[in-house]
Amino acid sequence: MGDWMTVTDPGLSSESKNISQNTSETKMSPSSLYSQQVLCSSIPLSKNVHSFFSAFCTEQNIEQSISYLDQELTTFGFPSLYEESKGKETKRELNIVAVLNCMNELLILQRKNLLAQENVETQNLKLGSDMDHLQSCYAKLKEQLETSRREMIGLQERDRQLQCKNRNLHQLLKNEKDEVQKLQNIIASRATQYNHDMKRKEREYNKLKERLHQLVMNKKDKKIAMEVLNYVGRADGKRGSWRTGKTEARNEDEMYKILLNDYEYRQKQILMENAELKKVLQQMKKEMISLLSPQKQKPRERADDGTGTVLSDVEEDAGELNRESMWDLSCETVREQLTNSIRKQWRILKSHVEKLDNQVSKVHLEGFNDEDVISRQDHEQETEKLELEIQQCKEMIKTQQQLLQQLATACDDDTTSLLRDCYLLEEKERLKEEWSLFKEQKKNFEKERRSFTEAAIRLGLERKAFEEERASWLKQQFLNMTTFDHQNSENVKLFSAFSGSSDRDNLTVHSRPQQKKPHSVSNGSPACTSKLTKSLPASPSTSDFCQTRSCVSEHSQRAEYLS
Amino acid sequence: MNFSEVFKLSGLLCKFSPDGKYLASCVQYRLVVRDVNTLQILQLYTCLDQIQHIEWSADSLFILCAMYKRGLVQVWSLEQPEWHCRIDEGSAGLVASCWSPDGRHILNTTEFHLRITVWSLCTKSVSYIKYPKACQQGITFTRDGRYMALAERRDCKDYVSVFVCSDWQLLRHFDTDTQDLAGIEWAPNGCVLAVWDTCLEYKVLLYSLDGRLLSAYCAYEWSLGIKSVAWSPSSQFLAVGSYDGKVRILNHVTWKMITDFEHPATITNPKIVVYKEAEKSPRLALGSLAFPPPRAAAGPLASTESKYEIASVPVALQTLKPVADRANPKIGIGALAFSPDSYFLATRNDNVPNAIWIWDIQKLRLFVVLEQLSPVRSFQWDPQQPRLAICTGGSKVYLWSPAGCVSVQVPGEGEHCPLGGTLANERLSADTHHGSFGALSGT
Repeated sequence: MGDWMTVTDPGLSSESKNISQNTSETKMSPSSLYSQQVLCSSIPLSKNVHSFFSAFCTEQNIEQSISYLDQELTTFGFPSLYEESKGKETKRELNIVAVLNCMNELLILQRKNLLAQENVETQNLKLGSDMDHLQSCYAKLKEQLETSRREMIGLQERDRQLQCKNRNLHQLLKNEKDEVQKLQNIIASRATQYNHDMKRKEREYNKLKERLHQLVMNKKDKKIAMEVLNYVGRADGKRGSWRTGKTEARNEDEMYKILLNDYEYRQKQILMENAELKKVLQQMKKEMISLLSPQKQKPRERADDGTGTVLSDVEEDAGELNRESMWDLSCETVREQLTNSIRKQWRILKSHVEKLDNQVSKVHLEGFNDEDVISRQDHEQETEKLELEIQQCKEMIKTQQQLLQQLATACDDDTTSLLRDCYLLEEKERLKEEWSLFKEQKKNFEKERRSFTEAAIRLGLERKAFEEERASWLKQQFLNMTTFDHQNSENVKLFSAFSGSSDRDNLTVHSRPQQKKPHSVSNGSPACTSKLTKSLPASPSTSDFCQTRSCVSEHSQRAEYLS
Repeated sequence: MNFSEVFKLSGLLCKFSPDGKYLASCVQYRLVVRDVNTLQILQLYTCLDQIQHIEWSADSLFILCAMYKRGLVQVWSLEQPEWHCRIDEGSAGLVASCWSPDGRHILNTTEFHLRITVWSLCTKSVSYIKYPKACQQGITFTRDGRYMALAERRDCKDYVSVFVCSDWQLLRHFDTDTQDLAGIEWAPNGCVLAVWDTCLEYKVLLYSLDGRLLSAYCAYEWSLGIKSVAWSPSSQFLAVGSYDGKVRILNHVTWKMITDFEHPATITNPKIVVYKEAEKSPRLALGSLAFPPPRAAAGPLASTESKYEIASVPVALQTLKPVADRANPKIGIGALAFSPDSYFLATRNDNVPNAIWIWDIQKLRLFVVLEQLSPVRSFQWDPQQPRLAICTGGSKVYLWSPAGCVSVQVPGEGEHCPLGGTLANERLSADTHHGSFGALSGT
């Protein structure tokens, strides 16, 4: 399949010939070549073609060419190029508009055609390539078909050969079998022949023996004799007896007696064995019943009916048999009853065991299904828990016992008194210590109180002095009041009050909370007295002074109270 | 084990008396009777010709000596040494001779098995029994000695006749459904007679004392059949050994096979004890041998000591490949014997000739295997206890009992090797039991 290049715009007309050249160089299938040729033929616009155009219409034959074009166009369905003629004889003027229109139409048409051509060509190319592909596939498939046909023929041939072989082998086998059969027949016939011959020979031999016997008997050879010194007595000491019918009968009787004795002996043995076995079976039955009966208490749907009926049967059996004293009987019915009852019991036991197995397996797989059945793991857990509880309880019991013992032993007089003494001693010592502490504290209190009172007295005295000074200062100030600013003077007063003198209000404000402080403080420790001494500022006002004084007196009272 | 000195013997004829007191042996044409304890010669009798067969009577009073070539039987008495008796079959010839159980009649089988002549020592009467069968075991007496069964063949058919031994009355006569009867044997309780067919056909027939067929047993067809048969002393079991190497045990209640014992050449079951005879290394080193070697030591290497070793399972026994196209091939169970208490069964598989298999009958399985260095020739149980004596043709005698086994060297001069054995009953005395064992060696 050859390459085909994209069809370029017909406007690039210079390449059309090149295209044709290029395409002719590459390998092309005839279809594509043809399409290219069509392409070539469809592109009219090229420099070389211009000459062809000029050949059609020259300056001389314009009218003819117009009329020719008009004819052609009208045949194609285009409108006429001439204007509408007014009369037959006058020359028709060229309708330029019509011409232009026609030209346009033609151009449009040309373009359409080109497009169509392009499409057709591409399709053509595609189809060509498809066809190539299909042809190659076809060739391949044909080859495959050939090879498979050959293979099939080969296999058929082999199959035929094997079938031949098989047939041959079958034939051989048949032959062999026939031979074997023949040989067997031969052997059989030979065996009969041999027997027959043997019999014949034996007969002959017997005849010979007879002959010989006769000869021997007839001869009565003296040599055939027994020579004995004297006849020996019989082994059992008895005399010999004549052989008579009686003796014969006696012999027969004896023989039968011997046989009968032997049979009786054997029967005895068998009876004994039977009795033993019956005993064993009875025992087994009883044990089986005892095994199965406790199960009857638990209600089980499936087993209930079965066990109930069988147990009742068994009881009946037991009753009957005991009544009949079956040990001695060996009749059919008794034997059958015993075996049947044993079988029944055995079946029940087997089913019971199977049920247990199923239950166990079920529980393992599914968990709690039946109330009565507790899974093994849970059971184990429970037991572990219980064991733990038990241990704990035991421990508790032990400790309690010990305590009880202690208590019990605590009732002893000697030990208890000793113990009590011990405790008391401890208490005593503690008390002593505290007492000593208390005494010390008391001493301290006393000291402080004294110091405090002294300090209070001193303070009072100082206060007194201070008040007097203040009063005098105030007098002075009052006199000098108009000259200074009020606030400044207050501030100054404040400061000065702190250092020694101050305004009333501020001081009272300050002193009160300060006075309050000691109140709250003094309820607590004896150490407040020292605080009191520190915190109490000097209060200049007389009322305050009185208050302070009362406070002081209060405080002194308090201090007294404290001591 | 104590051994007596060696005394000469001819023809392997050495028999203990049934009461265990005397030992009769013959040398050429002389019969020597010795005391069992002292082995002193008590009596010495001289017969007319070379003795081929000796037999004690059941009451140990008489001994018969048969001379087949001359057709003579001579009977000697122990009580009266001067008593003599001579039976001459003359032209009839003599093939076999035996006592009747009462010890007063002698049954002679004439040549060609023409007839059996019953000679009486008490009376002058003579009885003839016609058409006896010439087979392996044609005559059998019950243990109590009352009855005798005889195999006969008439008109190409087998018959069995039962005689009362006291007066030789024919009690029963019946035919047997056998091709070619090979042997008959009474059960020890005397009530059942086992009849077996030739080896070409496997058939065991069981007849009651009165001639009724109780049961017939056939294990398989076409292949070679029965080789040996043995009753258990309690009459409970009948062991049938066959050419296929199996022993089949029939029980006396149903006369059906209860089990079969196989004799494979390899033993794999670890429960079975295998005793292997192994030679002890010779004590004398080459350098210490005196030169010339003393006469006593001169002899084949068979005089080396041997002991039993317990071989560990699996054990492979030596087998013998039988010759294919000969008759009477060396395969199958050739010898069977029950122990006196019926607890054990000793068998020999001719395919594995060196081994003796001992089966526990209580458990019905193989108990012990004894493998010797050479093929086993014969074995016999102690009549009183479960003790087995085996001899292989070497100079040793092997004893096995459930307690263990031992190999005993029989002192002998070089070339003499034990070939057979005979066991005596134990003599019961006040305090001790002791068993005597006679080892016969060939000259």
